[in-house]
Amino acid sequence: MTTATQEKKAAPPTGSSRRGAGRRRLYQWLFVAPALVYMLAFFGYPLVRNVLMSFQEFTPRTYFTGESPFNGLENWRGVFENDLFGDALWQTILFTIGSLVGQFTIGLGLAVFFSRRFHLSAFVRAILLLPWLVPMVVSAVVWRRIMDEDHGVLNSFLETVGLSSDGVAWLSSPSVALLSAILVNIWIGIPFNMVILYGGLQEIPRELYEAASLDGAGPWRTFRSVTLPMLRPVVTVVLVLGFMSTIKILDLILALTGGGPADSTQTLGTLTYQLSFLQLDFGQGAVVGNVLILISAVFAVLYLRVNRADHQPGK
Amino acid sequence: MRLRTGRIPKPATALALAGTMAALGLTGCAAEPDPDTVTVLNSATDAAEHEANQDFFDRCAEPLGLEVEQISVPAPQIASKALRMASSDSLTDILELDGSELPQFAETAGLRPLAETGVDTGDFSTSSNTLGSFDGVQYGVARSVNSLALIYNTELLAEAGIEPPETWDELQAAAAELTRGDTYGMAFSASPDADGVYQFLPFFWSAGGDEAQLNEGGGAAALQLWQDLVDAGSASRSVVNWNQQDVNDQFISGRAAMMINGPWQVPVLDGQDNVDWAVASIPVPEAGLDPVAPIGGTVMTVPKNEDDRERERNAGRILDCLNSEENQLAWGERINNVPTREAAAQTYREQNPKLAPFADLVTTARSRTAEVGTRWPVISDALAGAFQSVLTGQSSPEDALERAQQQATAGE
Repeated sequence: MTTATQEKKAAPPTGSSRRGAGRRRLYQWLFVAPALVYMLAFFGYPLVRNVLMSFQEFTPRTYFTGESPFNGLENWRGVFENDLFGDALWQTILFTIGSLVGQFTIGLGLAVFFSRRFHLSAFVRAILLLPWLVPMVVSAVVWRRIMDEDHGVLNSFLETVGLSSDGVAWLSSPSVALLSAILVNIWIGIPFNMVILYGGLQEIPRELYEAASLDGAGPWRTFRSVTLPMLRPVVTVVLVLGFMSTIKILDLILALTGGGPADSTQTLGTLTYQLSFLQLDFGQGAVVGNVLILISAVFAVLYLRVNRADHQPGK
Repeated sequence: MRLRTGRIPKPATALALAGTMAALGLTGCAAEPDPDTVTVLNSATDAAEHEANQDFFDRCAEPLGLEVEQISVPAPQIASKALRMASSDSLTDILELDGSELPQFAETAGLRPLAETGVDTGDFSTSSNTLGSFDGVQYGVARSVNSLALIYNTELLAEAGIEPPETWDELQAAAAELTRGDTYGMAFSASPDADGVYQFLPFFWSAGGDEAQLNEGGGAAALQLWQDLVDAGSASRSVVNWNQQDVNDQFISGRAAMMINGPWQVPVLDGQDNVDWAVASIPVPEAGLDPVAPIGGTVMTVPKNEDDRERERNAGRILDCLNSEENQLAWGERINNVPTREAAAQTYREQNPKLAPFADLVTTARSRTAEVGTRWPVISDALAGAFQSVLTGQSSPEDALERAQQQATAGE
């Protein structure tokens, strides 16, 4: 790079050229430095510490004495032998897939719906954004009341319309609670999906639709052959961001069910919280944290792959 | 090439700037606090609570020529905040912890034994002293303590012609009788956290349960009682989601005729006129047995400060004053907790007949950590798992405790 630009100019005396190149390189690094320092300090360091911590005996004592002896794989063994870890992992997967599928399909449906302008469409769209603006803990507390088995609005509604006679134990039955948590999270995630997808839809050139209709494509055909392919980059972004924020879910679950009943809504997020901040076993907490990071990293790499494929020359 | 002549700060200047900022930041952390100020870390985030605390601190600090500065964070964050402060050597002079968190801090050897700070707790109730002890050494002093009792709706019980139940049989019968329409006979918290476990303990312990050996002793009977109450429809199936606040809400709205709760609900109970209430002791498995309730509350500790022992002594003086008979009594009445000096507790009992059952209960109450020390958080978790799985019909009481015991000892 540098040499190429150097050659373009009339060659100055050799000595000064070398100094110039060095200085230029220095400036280049200076421009990169802030980002680099930031990444190292706020991503690299905590990451490395977290990995190290998972191999250390890190307890309250460590904070006073500064000693955190390495204990090999003991933390890892402790976590993997804990029955709860397997359950939490499985429930995290169910929660993530369930949430993403629900958020995305409903979000996309609404985005397509609102992309046809009609009276009050902007107003209704704005209203649908509300769940996004409410803090997650507030939503969870409200939903806890709505889903109350005895006096919740949801059960009263179901009884009124005759769908259920004796109330669904939304939050107090281990077989339903995870589904309830997923439903609440879908409700929270719809606005995000809708907004991004709606933005993506606006970017699709109108001519394509005109061409499609000239070619005699019906609505479904247009959606499959024009909308979806054109929307693909946006779809990947929405799904990856949704995945990242869903897999580490903590606050919603803590406020909604506290991981219960009978651990049926424990996720990796609540497990690491429990280990680190309630049992103060920071080593084991770090292990679960690392598993979460690993899962996220796999998907981040997949995302980059997909993205790179999209931006290859000639595409 | 304007780049060369442009007014970009020289790298050296930038580095120097960054260096200065970092240095400033570091010295900022290590700044020596004022020698006449005693700092306190507590959970008094509520404005009124913060002020009440400050009032008592000032009362004690002024005659000593000291000032007290409170740092308050929400109760669940106290432990992690204190640990972070400890690692940067900036821990406060007084650290107020929940009693159940004390062992983990005492174990670090970062706390000064109370005897060395000049605080004498000889006249305090034994149960309150165990709350501040770890491995036979007392590190923390409790100004006042609380426990759990049966709080009942006097109107509903009178209508049904029922006396407050004293035994489990009476409790089940009364709860069934009082369950009508929208109202459950009984409410308690069985949430999978500290609240639920705190509420389970009076039943578990009164039945002869042992936290060190969960599957031995009579603990299963307590699980059975809870399950029977829910299965009979005398308590809502939602108890597995209710924390103690929710239980109180149910009671106040008239949806529960009786509840298990603590004296910290008194301001809320007093502040409403929907239901009339009274307090009774915790029902016991059989007539004649003593109830064994858990003792709760915060303890004040003095973190070690080897560089400046004078600060420790100042903290000790403040603690000593806060725990005078007069101050304990005033504080106890302020927050509806029972003072820990036996004489003060006696006066408190006489002056607050409505809350007398709490005063009686704390004399036989047990500390959660007295027997198992630092293992408590793991055991607490295992117990929560046990009652949650029983109440949701996933396992029998015996199996649940068997599994809980395995869970509690897994790391050993």
